[in-house]
Amino acid sequence: MAWRRLILSVLVIAPVLWLLAFGFTRDARYIHSPLLAKQAAPFTVTLFDGRQVRLEDLRGKAVFLNFWASWCTPCRAEAKDLEAAWQQIKDRNMVFLGVALQDREQDARAFLQEFNITYANGRDESGKIAVDYGVWGIPESFFIDPQGRITYKHVGGIRASLVTAKLQEAASGIVSAKEGKEDYQPIR
Amino acid sequence: MTATLGHTAIIMAFLAALCGVVCPIVGSRPGLERYFSFTRTAILSQFVLVTLAAGALIYGLIATDFSIRYVVFNTTRGTPIYYRVTGLWGALEGSLLLWEWILIIFSGLVAWIYRHRQRETMPWVLMVFSIVSAFFLGVIAFVSNPFETISPVPLDGRGLNPLLEDANMMTHPPLLYAGFVGLTVPYAFAIAALIRGKLDEAWIVATRRWTIIAWFFLTAGNLVGAWWSYHVLGWGGYWAWDPVENAAFMPWLPATAFLHSVQVQERRRMLKVWNLSLIIIAFSLTIFGTFLTRSGIISSIHAFSSGPVGSVFLIFLAFVLLASFGLLAFRADLLKGQPELDSMVSRESAFLLNNIVLVSALFTIFLGTIFPLLSEAVAGTQVSVGAPYFNSVTVPLFLLLVFLMGVGPMIAWRRASWDNLKRNFLWPSVASLSLALALFFWRIRDFLPLLGFTLLAFVVFSILYDTGLALRARRRVAGEGILRGLVTLCRRNQRRYGGLVVHLGVVLIVLGIAGSMGYSTEREATLGLKEHLSIGRYLIQFEGLKGTQQPTHFRVEGSFRVFHQGTEWGILSPALKFFPTQQSPIGRAVHRSSPSEDIYLILSGFSDLNQNQATLKVLVRPLVVWIWIGGFVIALGTLLAILPLGKASPEEK
Repeated sequence: MAWRRLILSVLVIAPVLWLLAFGFTRDARYIHSPLLAKQAAPFTVTLFDGRQVRLEDLRGKAVFLNFWASWCTPCRAEAKDLEAAWQQIKDRNMVFLGVALQDREQDARAFLQEFNITYANGRDESGKIAVDYGVWGIPESFFIDPQGRITYKHVGGIRASLVTAKLQEAASGIVSAKEGKEDYQPIR
Repeated sequence: MTATLGHTAIIMAFLAALCGVVCPIVGSRPGLERYFSFTRTAILSQFVLVTLAAGALIYGLIATDFSIRYVVFNTTRGTPIYYRVTGLWGALEGSLLLWEWILIIFSGLVAWIYRHRQRETMPWVLMVFSIVSAFFLGVIAFVSNPFETISPVPLDGRGLNPLLEDANMMTHPPLLYAGFVGLTVPYAFAIAALIRGKLDEAWIVATRRWTIIAWFFLTAGNLVGAWWSYHVLGWGGYWAWDPVENAAFMPWLPATAFLHSVQVQERRRMLKVWNLSLIIIAFSLTIFGTFLTRSGIISSIHAFSSGPVGSVFLIFLAFVLLASFGLLAFRADLLKGQPELDSMVSRESAFLLNNIVLVSALFTIFLGTIFPLLSEAVAGTQVSVGAPYFNSVTVPLFLLLVFLMGVGPMIAWRRASWDNLKRNFLWPSVASLSLALALFFWRIRDFLPLLGFTLLAFVVFSILYDTGLALRARRRVAGEGILRGLVTLCRRNQRRYGGLVVHLGVVLIVLGIAGSMGYSTEREATLGLKEHLSIGRYLIQFEGLKGTQQPTHFRVEGSFRVFHQGTEWGILSPALKFFPTQQSPIGRAVHRSSPSEDIYLILSGFSDLNQNQATLKVLVRPLVVWIWIGGFVIALGTLLAILPLGKASPEEK
């Protein structure tokens, strides 16, 4: 009798434990981005030099779109890499566009100066662009192909080599299967 | 130095815990009984050593000893002393130490209180404590060491997560841990009873107060967590059915069920296996909760660090479940021959139904929490389960529970006669139905809120009516007035009246939840200077933005003048805080409470400071304040139930 009951309780408990153990084999935080391979949301942004840029006007070029803020530490970490990547590809048919989020204008300008950033940068004053792109933390980067489709999304700091590689893919219209993340640090 | 001291103390405590596990086993051999007495020494030395270790870490935090890694990540030179101390539980390693510390304080108290009583049982009770303690000490010593050193020693630390810099940091985590750890006491007595095969009511009677205290800490811990979420996180809610919240709430359900069903066992010697199972499940859920939050297997808005700790907790959970239920399976033969239910209309069956409802709620919440895992394991697709599922499934269950709360304490044991039902429930039913009618004609037309308010009224009326009858009897018997009569009643039957006061507290909480769930309104608008928005009876006018540099962050504050039905209520200033180490700004919502509703302001965005434009979100949430008042009423009721006010009933000795 006792053995029967024992086996019965094991039969109930074991599957639950197995299920919990199964949890270790997957990454619960990974959420497949619905934006990949979709048309990028149109927007217009005023650059720090006063010019206006419309995303639609950049059709025909591969676009690297980066959301950042001067107060964000990982943004500082990636800033030099981004400028280096820009220097490598700026003569090709590719565009860099930085968008500062939830930032003060003078701080954002100081940031650009500090890192000698030469590619186009503007400010998302209302925060609407970030909402359209589903940005949940910065830095976050998007790669857009010449037809205006999002080909790759990267959450967190990104390296120069990855920027150029993914831009190359975007230029040839290759859509990544998954979004990427790097230098991911949980909020402590 | 501090680190070495702390780590050495932990390792020595771990060895003491191992002794505490082995001693009763050796002592159970004939002729070796003297080893039994070492179990208490083992607990005592763990108490001293763990206190030393906790003291060392607190000292390291206060003295900003940045050679300790944990100190670096949880404090800075600028951190006020208050938050340096609370840094002890600011992250995983320290939290485990706090848990272990509370556990060993509870164990020490048990060992001391029962030093002359329960001589045969105590070694086994203390052994269970030592097993649990050995696990935690092992984790602290070898897996997640808070005394790990760092080199080179940094000049300043990184500091606490800014969200943790709040006064509730002092209350919420320690209360919750005290609740979790408190459940170890009845669990330890239950396991000791199973090991010895002495399965009468002794273990329940011995742990009655402990269970009530643990239950209270658990309730308070969850409520303070809700309060924290409400006033700091700035989303206007207090409960999101997030896995981490569920993890803290789930042990509360079997603990509540246990609190009621043990009364049936005490009175009628029924439900023995059920009670043992409940307490095993409740204790397992405290381990499960830590596993869930620290393993990262379920995605949560609460970002906890994860690491190897998760798998260690899973192994311990497996051990606890298999060993406890294995023991229960072997002893079940001794648990036979219980009396059967006499009637479906009786207090036993009301309590039984209460248990079924609570366990069903536990099951549905557990299922919802791990469902993302289940669906991925079975179907390979990711799904997320959100508040709609939890609300729609648990609300009917909790309403049924409220109804039972009105019936259970008043209905007769064994078999309720028609007279008993009529005497206790006729007037409360009439009164609550009349109130329902009045509410319906006033403005409440939706079914669920109307049902909820009616049931709440029923509980209140039945408690008042019953107390009224008892007071009338006091006046007739002893000529006592209302106040004097109440004092006598409470002193004569502390547990009953303490319980009734707790029920009133629960009624207030449910009232707050029902009001804020059903009748909240919100509006969002972007306002220029002196522009306003109106919501309900409120008009809110924007008075400008202000930016200030604080020691740890830059703060942008919007000033809003609030008018309530034309009268000015003054200025409320929600803010956004920009921390250099954080990826996104942290909101500081503000609210103003009144008995009927809260107005809650969130600054969701702003233009340049000099342009003076702000996006404001306003929520009006009715009756929220009663949730927190209910918490205080529960605290009162708990005190009334456990404080030695009157004569202790003889069986409690």
